[in-house]
Amino acid sequence: MPDNNTTENSLPTGDAIIEIIGMHKWYGEFHVLQDINLTVKKKERIVICGPSGSGKSTLIRCINRLEEHQRGKIIVDGIELTNDVKNVEKIRAEVGMVFQHFNLFPHLTIVENLTLGPIWVRKTPKKEAEETAMYYLEKVHIAEQAQKFPGQLSGGQQQRVAIARSLCMKPNVMLFDEPTSALDPEMIKEVLDVMIDLAQEGMTMLVVTHEMGFAKSVAHRVLFMDYGQIVEQNTPSEFFDNPQHDRTKLFLSQIL
Amino acid sequence: MEKVDIKQIETEVKPPVASKGVVGWARANLFNTWFNSILTLVTLFVLWKTVPPFFRWAIVDSLWFSTGEACRGTEGACWSVIPANIRFILFGFFPYQLQWRPLLAMVILVVLLFYSRDRRHWNNSLVYAWVAGLFAMGLLMKGGILGLVEVESTQWGGLPLTLMLSVFGLAAAYPLGVVLALGRQSKMPAVKALCVVYIEMIRGVPLITLLFMSSIVFPLFLPEGVTVNVILRAQVAIIMFTAAYIAEVVRGGLQGMSTGQYEAAESLGLNYYQTMRLVILPQALKIVIPPTVSQLISALKDTSLVVIIALYDLLKTTQSVLSDPSWMAFSSEAYIFVALIYFFCCYFMSSYSRRLEKELDTGL
Repeated sequence: MPDNNTTENSLPTGDAIIEIIGMHKWYGEFHVLQDINLTVKKKERIVICGPSGSGKSTLIRCINRLEEHQRGKIIVDGIELTNDVKNVEKIRAEVGMVFQHFNLFPHLTIVENLTLGPIWVRKTPKKEAEETAMYYLEKVHIAEQAQKFPGQLSGGQQQRVAIARSLCMKPNVMLFDEPTSALDPEMIKEVLDVMIDLAQEGMTMLVVTHEMGFAKSVAHRVLFMDYGQIVEQNTPSEFFDNPQHDRTKLFLSQIL
Repeated sequence: MEKVDIKQIETEVKPPVASKGVVGWARANLFNTWFNSILTLVTLFVLWKTVPPFFRWAIVDSLWFSTGEACRGTEGACWSVIPANIRFILFGFFPYQLQWRPLLAMVILVVLLFYSRDRRHWNNSLVYAWVAGLFAMGLLMKGGILGLVEVESTQWGGLPLTLMLSVFGLAAAYPLGVVLALGRQSKMPAVKALCVVYIEMIRGVPLITLLFMSSIVFPLFLPEGVTVNVILRAQVAIIMFTAAYIAEVVRGGLQGMSTGQYEAAESLGLNYYQTMRLVILPQALKIVIPPTVSQLISALKDTSLVVIIALYDLLKTTQSVLSDPSWMAFSSEAYIFVALIYFFCCYFMSSYSRRLEKELDTGL
């Protein structure tokens, strides 16, 4: 697990990049998110944990509108998320997303996976996009696989490619939806290492994960969710050593 | 210690030898149970009873270049029916002296098709080649300018007509089918309803009915004096019919896509058309290559139904030849010949689809 000296945990004091105000969401009758209020500052790193079905994935999926919220406001980088398709596309280009199941495009080579967004959304010239792609593939230590197809890579490699694919869009925020949950244990570290590198460079990150070691060493803030609510949020040291809420204590006693 | 152990295992354990020569293979596969043994013997008997007589009929006793009268006296096949009538079978009523024109048009078409097989050739110049080729083919068939005598489309027939109806029918039906499939999945209720109604209506009607409607009912709605070419009408009917079936095949492929692919594309900021064109369709269409090709093959064979609206396609020209009293008795030979032409066209498509599948296979 990562060392404590890899990242500095002082809370950034910049402007807010994500603001969620009084947000609710329902799946039919089921009230999956209840009165969510959350402000994320630039360069802040937040880990969201909680039992399955608590709404943590749904919360970060609302931020780039893979899910629609029904009440309240979500403002990303100064743009409010509404039904306006153009706004949504603009926000999605600024917000990177990494999925539990990688979701690489299996019909494209690794480098084509990485250049698709820049070429078609950012209108970057192909050559420049490929150079950027190679730069980020180097960064996730996988440049030698550039011409292969996703199906030829291991899970850990695929997830690192997925992270590089998001980075190629030069996002302001990165969302991670259980990025290591579908990986074999020996591959988790290689993905977490890439995420720690990213944290050190000052990326704003929201990470849904069960990797508490990662939360302790990287997060500025840990959020605990249950039953669609943010039950408790605190700095990692306070959160793990001195949980306030009974449900948090129960959760921590089960996973630690 | 451990390493040595692993090495020993590697050298000692080899996969079992599977084949033991022809006899071993036959014993393992043809005579492994009493039931299989009986089946094998029955099959051998049937082959012995059918293959040699057919060989004698088709090759040994057959006549290849003779008159119809000469054929009467022989036991074997009268393949002469084909060379003697080949130009009518292939070109129908196209003026005899001008039949080099449809021949050349077909050569252009076949060359273009073969050239387009290779995906490395798929670029802009290929598009120009097709545009030029289509123009040349139209010119050769129709004439009327550049010193070419004009030939009415009512005189078109035979293989060029079959190829034209098939190739253009399939080329137009495929994209239309894809659009219909996407429309059926649309979130816009009007678009969705339109596509569903279209697909279900067309699929609920036999192709023969559509062809009849195109040739008899449709002209009733046109104002006095306005006519639309009967070949064009048949062509449109074939396109509409095939597109509905392709749409359902493609829909199957779309439903096979995981939502993760949509989400990944959308989270990059790709819009709907980019998501479909760059991410979803390339994968969905690849999955459904086998059923799509089945559909296209059956569409090709269905073009023979245009006989019922008095178009002289390949099958009809062959039938016409057989109405000549001197060749009437040799329908088997003529039909075998036509069947072979259809077979080669279909086989070309299915072998190409298999090759395409292999080329597009990326291991996931």
